[in-house]
Amino acid sequence: MELAEKVKNISGENVLSCYQCGLCSGSCPLRFAMDLSPTQVIRLTQLGLIEKILSSNTFWICSTCFSCFARCPREINITKIMEALRQIKLRRDQDYIDLKNVSKEELKKIPPIALISNLRKTTA
Amino acid sequence: MRIPYFPGCAMKTTAKNCEVSAMAVASKLGIEMVELPRWNCCGVFPSLVNDDLMRHVAPIRNLIRVQEMNKSGIVENEYRLVTLCSMCYHTLKEANLFVKDKEKLTKINTFMDREEEYEGGVKVLSFLELLKEVGYEKIAKEVKKPLKGLKVAPYYGCLLLRPREIGIDDPENPTILEKLLEVLGADVVDNPCKVQCCGSYHTVDKKSIVAKLTYDNLRYPIENGAEIIATCCPLCTFNLDSRQKEAKELYRDLKEIPIVYYTQLMAIAFDLEKKFFGLDLDLYYKNPKPLLKAKNLY
Repeated sequence: MELAEKVKNISGENVLSCYQCGLCSGSCPLRFAMDLSPTQVIRLTQLGLIEKILSSNTFWICSTCFSCFARCPREINITKIMEALRQIKLRRDQDYIDLKNVSKEELKKIPPIALISNLRKTTA
Repeated sequence: MRIPYFPGCAMKTTAKNCEVSAMAVASKLGIEMVELPRWNCCGVFPSLVNDDLMRHVAPIRNLIRVQEMNKSGIVENEYRLVTLCSMCYHTLKEANLFVKDKEKLTKINTFMDREEEYEGGVKVLSFLELLKEVGYEKIAKEVKKPLKGLKVAPYYGCLLLRPREIGIDDPENPTILEKLLEVLGADVVDNPCKVQCCGSYHTVDKKSIVAKLTYDNLRYPIENGAEIIATCCPLCTFNLDSRQKEAKELYRDLKEIPIVYYTQLMAIAFDLEKKFFGLDLDLYYKNPKPLLKAKNLY
C-alpha cells in the first residue's frame, strides 16, 4: 500500500480538503521546535511525499494538544495525521526514544502519567 | 449521591494533593466518590488511530467496572463515572465515543472474552462538570473562608477542552473554572495562556521544550498580576511547577509562582482541616504555603 493511502487509512482523515491557509501552523504551540510546519506536512501528504515527512521531527514534536484541529476551517483532524505518521514509523519497529538517555534521578521525579504517555507515543 | 470514581495513576502518586482535597470537598457537598473496584490504567494516551482496537481495551475495561458496580449494588442506577485527571477523563471519554460505532464495540467485546460485555451506557464526567451540576449556589454556601485578595489565574490545558466533542467547555475560551474560582471568592486574573499546551509528555526527554512553554505560559498571567495558578491536570501541574527550575535557567526574568489544583483552593475556601489541603506533601517545586500564609489562608 502506498504511504499516502496508509496515512489516510490509519487517521481516517482526508488531507485533500486542506487549502493551505496555515492556521494550524499559526496555532501550534510547538511550531518553534519543528523543522517542517504542520501546513507543510499536510501539503507533502497531499502530494504523497510521505518519506520526506518521515525524516522530519514534526510529528514527534506534536504533543497532541488539538489546537490545530480546534481551529482548522476544513475540520481536518491534523492531530490524527501526526499520529498516523508516528504509527508508520513505530510499525517499522523504530522506537523514537530510549529511556536509557533519561537520568535515574529524573525518572524518579517524572509522573507516571508522563512516562506512560511518552512511551505510548514514541515506542513500538 | 454515590458516584463511581476513577482515580488513575496520578492521583495515587504525584497528584495526591488533588485527590485528598477533592474527596474532602466532594464529601462536604454530599457527594460520595466510590473508587472503581479493580480499576486499571485508563489507557493513556488517547488513541488516535482508526485501525488499532487494542488501544481501547484498557479504558473500556474500566467502563465495564461501572456496569458491575451497578449490578452488585455498590452504586444504585448511577452510570456516570467521575474523573479528576484530565488525561484519564479524555482517554476514557474518547474510548467511550469510539465504541458508539456498534461494529467496533462488538469487536472489542469479542476480544475481551473474560469480561462481561460493555453495553455503552456509561457517561464519563470530569469533576468540574460534576461541581457545575451540584450548583454554584450550593458550593457558595460551603465557602467559610473566601479567597479574598488572592489573585488566581485559571489554567485548563488541552485535554479537558479539545477536541470539541470531548471537551467540557468552549475549546478556545472556557469559563467553567473562572466561575468556580469566583464562587470561592478569589480575585480571578485573566490568563491568555489558559488553554495552551504545557508540553505534556515531552517533559520526559525534551525538557528544554517544556521549559520554554512553562516560561511562556506563566509569564503572561504573572504580568496580569496572578499570584498563584489554579490547574486541573496532573501533568500540567507537574510541568508548570517543576519545570520552573529549567525555565529559570533559560529565562532569567521568570518570577516563580506557586501552582495548585482548583480542588485545593476549594478545600481552603471551605475551611476544611489542613490535612485536606494537600500542602504538606512533598510535591512542590514552588511551595504555595508562604503566599497562602501571607493572605491569611493557611
